[in-house]
Amino acid sequence: MLTWWRRVRVENEMLYLFLRRPVAQLAALAAFLSIMGALFAPLITPSNPYDLASFDILDSFLPPAWSDGGDPRFIIGTDDQGRDLYSSILYGTRLSLLIGLCSVAFAAVLGTALGVAAGYFGGRFDAVVMRIADVQLSLPAILTALLVDGVARGLLPRQQHEELLLVVLTVAIALSLWVDFARTARASTFVERNKEYVQAAEIMGLHPIRIMAVAILPNILGPLMVIGTVDLAVAILLEATLSFLGVGVPADQPSLGTLIDTGKDYMFSGEWWIVIFPAAMLISMIIAVNLLGDFFRAVLNPRLR
Amino acid sequence: MEDLLTLRDLSVVYPTRFGPFTAIEGINLTLQKGEIHGLVGESGAGKSTIGAAIMGLIPAPGYIAQGQVHLDGMDLRALDAKAYHKLRGARISMIFQDPQTSLNPLLTIEDQLVETIRQHTDQTRTQARDKAIALLQETGIHDAEARMAEYPHQFSGGMRQRVVIALALCTEPDLIIADEPTTALDVAIQKQILQLIRRLAKDRGIGFILITHDIGVIAEITDSVTVLRGGKVMEHGQTAQVLGRPAHSYTRALMAAVPLLDKRLVRFTNIMDSEPKLSAPELSWKVAGASAEYASDWLLAGDRAQAGDGPVLQVRDLDVTFYGNRPFAFGARDGFKALQSVSLQVDRGKVLGVIGESGSGKSTLAKAIVGLVRPSAGEITFEGAPLPLGRDRARTHPARRKIQMVFQDPYSSLNNRRRIEQIIGEPLRFFGLAKTRADRRRLVASVLDLVEMPQRAMLKYPHQFSGGQRQRIAVARALVARPEFLICDEPTSALDVSIQAQILNLLKDLQATFGLSILFISHNLAVVRQMADDVAVLRRGQLQESGPAEAFFEAPQAEYSRQLLAETPSLAMLSATGHG
Repeated sequence: MLTWWRRVRVENEMLYLFLRRPVAQLAALAAFLSIMGALFAPLITPSNPYDLASFDILDSFLPPAWSDGGDPRFIIGTDDQGRDLYSSILYGTRLSLLIGLCSVAFAAVLGTALGVAAGYFGGRFDAVVMRIADVQLSLPAILTALLVDGVARGLLPRQQHEELLLVVLTVAIALSLWVDFARTARASTFVERNKEYVQAAEIMGLHPIRIMAVAILPNILGPLMVIGTVDLAVAILLEATLSFLGVGVPADQPSLGTLIDTGKDYMFSGEWWIVIFPAAMLISMIIAVNLLGDFFRAVLNPRLR
Repeated sequence: MEDLLTLRDLSVVYPTRFGPFTAIEGINLTLQKGEIHGLVGESGAGKSTIGAAIMGLIPAPGYIAQGQVHLDGMDLRALDAKAYHKLRGARISMIFQDPQTSLNPLLTIEDQLVETIRQHTDQTRTQARDKAIALLQETGIHDAEARMAEYPHQFSGGMRQRVVIALALCTEPDLIIADEPTTALDVAIQKQILQLIRRLAKDRGIGFILITHDIGVIAEITDSVTVLRGGKVMEHGQTAQVLGRPAHSYTRALMAAVPLLDKRLVRFTNIMDSEPKLSAPELSWKVAGASAEYASDWLLAGDRAQAGDGPVLQVRDLDVTFYGNRPFAFGARDGFKALQSVSLQVDRGKVLGVIGESGSGKSTLAKAIVGLVRPSAGEITFEGAPLPLGRDRARTHPARRKIQMVFQDPYSSLNNRRRIEQIIGEPLRFFGLAKTRADRRRLVASVLDLVEMPQRAMLKYPHQFSGGQRQRIAVARALVARPEFLICDEPTSALDVSIQAQILNLLKDLQATFGLSILFISHNLAVVRQMADDVAVLRRGQLQESGPAEAFFEAPQAEYSRQLLAETPSLAMLSATGHG
């Protein structure tokens, strides 16, 4: 086992560099803790903030446990509804990460497929796809998300919209992120498609879809992975922004954005903890994911090393 | 006379994650004024590291572990970074391989020369300009005063290299390190540049360290030579002596591997074992029932017409035109004619060598035959039937299997993310040549055996192999399709000479065993001489001459062919020029 570890530590380049970068390790630890906390939230929190029966309005605005008037039941205090802030934050992180991951996955599939095809076929198809991407890029991400949400609100009956709110939010965020993947995939495909191994496959007469999926795609995963991590941070932030603006997740399922939104009203009246703790959680998560993205970029692009 | 440059017991070490790597070890070297000293060796021999060590520019984290570097008696290792910086340029200059990248494309030649001169001396602009003109004239640029205002891209490759040399001369250096100065150039221009270097050494008394992998270049202009391998000196001395009576077996093997222009060998002999030694488990890993015999039986079992059935492939009046963008929306597009009415044929079981310099259209010819490029006119006939051109060729057309190609660069012709088993198995799968997965494994292992690779290679990825091994894998991939006709586009030009000799041997063996018809493309006449039965010479997209190889090399017909033959450096030059 020990010899195996010694060998792998040297032979696997990414692991080797990872073990030499304390910043990347710290970021990975922070990301790991957030994900674990979100994943096991029901097991490690005292109450369920989504369950209206589990909290009492009389407990509202309790400060953190260590300060005057704090209640040992609520480690970092309660919000205006009397919900335990610690539980709310973990459940909120869970929601934020879920929406972030789903929308990035959706954007990655859509953007990569369009980008690789545009890069491989070129010509008119490329022109059309990339002009659409340009239009998309000229709309701010928040505007796109608001637009999708607005259209969904108009089309769906109110009840259904409430139920589908998370899906609408995911689609809205994905639509504003796919362009990053499409552009990166297209540029990398341009480079790969003129390489001789692609020509070898073309000479044989392989189907274009097989060439794209088997030959090109595995070779361009590196840059796409970097975009993926960076965009995950963007997606989480976007979700928080939309929730903060009140068009995001439903009010009875607090995400980090809604928590910050409610907290900001009480910031200057002394109840600082309602805004500070969710914000700190959001910031540390975003920074951790961004640092991981930086690490991947450095590892996958030898020129930056 | 005092030595210009002495290296004593020089070692350079790079710490890597696999432990310290000794790039060069115990190098001793002396250089006089006006002497040209060649450093020759294959890739990884440490030639460029010696150059970098003299310049004090070893890339971090590498460092000089021990030894001394003296220039005119001055200890260079004792200099601090600032003093070294002043010395570089002032006393030591450098010429790089690629003139494309060693000049700043956004500045005129005048700007670059004048700036360099004024950096190192207190001359006024006018004085510096006069000097720049004189230097350009000295390096053989006509009409220097007018051409100075031009940008690097307006010069041809050879002219650009002259400008680079003029730039190196700006500061009147005592020592110039030339790192593969002619590798990126065609033979005709290579010869002119080498003559220029010779003249500068003689007239100005500059000492040159000439780094090259080409023993022909060494034979042509160096006075003394050091043969390197794996960072160690194999042999050194006067060029005539080292190349004339090589004492070390490596030098002998290196010279035996150089294809000769004046003689066709059946096989290259006396080739050293240059691949890393394989461990026993590596060799004993076998797929059940797989062997080289199985592969050759299987390949021979395919129905194949016998030799002498007439030409396999005929190309008639082939035109290929590449179009740029339209100058304006409805304007006629500018066309560049890559091939103009080229006609040639490949006889069954024979090798046609296609010779041409860069830009002659030889790769375009290959691409037109395999259908990657659509010809604008002409006809290609394969086994008596016309081949659909370009995209008109259906994906299921039988020629897709019967015509296979081996590419120039083994580093880009294999998909780095797939195992060798998948890479070689792809044609088997696609053409339905193997029924079951077990069948496929057995064939892949057998074909690897046939191209002299261990069977276990099928479990690895391309990046785990050297260039020569990759090229063997590329040949194996072409073979498993059971081709009738093989196109080799510069299959050895990215490889070291000893590896080149091995690959050429392999191709010769396969050709003899399976009676393949081969279109062999190369810029290297000596390589074509070793391989081809017939020869075709291309220049700027036009066929200059074609005919049987022996007759061509004895007495070429076209003026251009004679010129090409005369300019190719060869070991024979050594006795012809008689210097050193």
